[in-house]
Amino acid sequence: MGKASLLTSERRNRSARGTQVRRERVRSAWLFLSPLLVGLLVVAGWPLLRTLWFSFTDANLTQLDQAQWIGVENYLYYQDGAFYGVLADPDWWNSVYNTLFFTVITVSLEVVVGVIVALILNANFKGRVWVRAAILIPWAIPTVVSAQMWLWMFNDQFGIINYLLMGVGIISEPLAWTASSSLSMWAVIIVDVWKATPFVALLVLAAMQMLPSDCYEAAKVDGIHPMRVFFRVTLPLITPALLVAIIFRVLDALRVFDLVYVLTSNSSSTMTMSVYARQQLVEFQDVGYGSAASTILFVVISLIAVVYLYLGRRQLGISS
Amino acid sequence: MNRERTPDKAAAFKRVLLRAGFWVLVIALTFYAIFPFYYALISSFKPSSALFEVSALPTALDFSNYRTLFAQPTFSRSIFNSALVAVLVVLLALLLGLAAAYALGRVRFRGRGMVMVVVLGVSMFPQIAVLSGLFEVIRWLGIYNTPWSLVLSYSIFTLPFTVWVMTTFIRQLPNELEEAAIMDGATPWVTLTRVFLPLMVPAMVTTGLLAFIAAWNEFLFALTFVLTNEQRTVPVAIAMISGNSQFELPWGVLMAASVVVTVPLVVLVMIFQRRIVSGLTAGAVKG
Repeated sequence: MGKASLLTSERRNRSARGTQVRRERVRSAWLFLSPLLVGLLVVAGWPLLRTLWFSFTDANLTQLDQAQWIGVENYLYYQDGAFYGVLADPDWWNSVYNTLFFTVITVSLEVVVGVIVALILNANFKGRVWVRAAILIPWAIPTVVSAQMWLWMFNDQFGIINYLLMGVGIISEPLAWTASSSLSMWAVIIVDVWKATPFVALLVLAAMQMLPSDCYEAAKVDGIHPMRVFFRVTLPLITPALLVAIIFRVLDALRVFDLVYVLTSNSSSTMTMSVYARQQLVEFQDVGYGSAASTILFVVISLIAVVYLYLGRRQLGISS
Repeated sequence: MNRERTPDKAAAFKRVLLRAGFWVLVIALTFYAIFPFYYALISSFKPSSALFEVSALPTALDFSNYRTLFAQPTFSRSIFNSALVAVLVVLLALLLGLAAAYALGRVRFRGRGMVMVVVLGVSMFPQIAVLSGLFEVIRWLGIYNTPWSLVLSYSIFTLPFTVWVMTTFIRQLPNELEEAAIMDGATPWVTLTRVFLPLMVPAMVTTGLLAFIAAWNEFLFALTFVLTNEQRTVPVAIAMISGNSQFELPWGVLMAASVVVTVPLVVLVMIFQRRIVSGLTAGAVKG
């Protein structure tokens, strides 16, 4: 009864109270956001700025507080006829090349295999739920653990992969998958494709399941070949989801660390930008130099993300 | 007669062939997905003498690798550390995530788009880019080499993700509930905890699971911010298992450890696969 009268009085001066309620809501919105913003500042914003600052100093891991400003020397400087710094280090450029090679190959493979897997899972068959659960397993297994499982399968003497390949007669001698400089990058790629394809497949599958069924029925009635239907209907419609999956995978691949570190340690034939930066930071304790490498990696990733989002948005804008 | 039936037969034959081909694909896919785990499982049950006879089928059921594994006190300790860190990370992410999702998903205010961009931007941070800065913060807070260093640092990837997914979820809830609550004079806090919290439980289970898996699996921060065996989490402990030389790695024990760490995740995936899939795709497809 009290509530009813309150409601009428509320309706009477709705606009005045409405503004007040709205203002109060905005205030509490910022209040609710503040823990998040403080958290992000502590774990992301501030550390990023400090990394940037360290990259211009001679900071050492054991005496971080005694860091002295040295300008851009960690990046590049010229002395007595030679260049020094990250940008003049052939090992850094080698790690850049490795990272880009790894990213292009794995993401391409993951997209192709992921779409095929999504097409399979989109078909109606008995046991589909179980197959979907099965492909979630590689995604859920910790990267370190999958690296160790594959190391055991890749083992040159007792690994099942060499055993099977020799049994079938593809190779005549055991291959040193993770130790050989020509094969180790491919070993890393094989494991990453195994582990990350489910993610791409599930994103694509979710997009496929939202597609309207009428154009498929029409295509079926007209007797159009399924391949044609896929390239003319399905692929254009799942492109937005595919672009999202690709950007996620590209960003993940560019910062890859744990898989490479556990599979091949600090080997130069697989060293990625993250592995290089961490080696400088932690193992060589050269925080200044390592921070410079980290900063470059951060800039590269941001640029790629921005360009990609910009292009993706423009392309989507045109198609729709 | 014959002429009429041949195309029929050919079509039927083609259908059977297609069907068979499809099932071959399904089986190959399943095999590809689970074989490494299966192989680790059967290897972990082999005594060390049998480990070096390669076979794709289980040949032994020997628990000695597991006994060796749990005889090392640091391994059980690192499982406990991993579980503790993951649970705390999940609780923190859900608490901050729910409050932020309410603000971002239900209230219109200036700067909302900016906050969303910041959240998305942080989720793209390479972990290595904050490593030295975070190391300094952790040392300054005096939590170096404790689980707290990981609870703090893991927020960099659990928070953006939780906020993003929960915001998409909370946006889909009907307006009427909230309007009724406002009419009744409920404060935003009461609206959030009494009206939205019960409705958000499914979304919280989903994001909580994903945050748990991410925290349980993390390696780089755990490797860097924790120094001693007693404080280590499982991924680092497993990466550090080594023999006297590269050729003497205790593969049986290593595979047993891998199985122990993976089994909880496989069980979670089996039980909650629908939720995990919806959480994985919610942020991406609709966002």
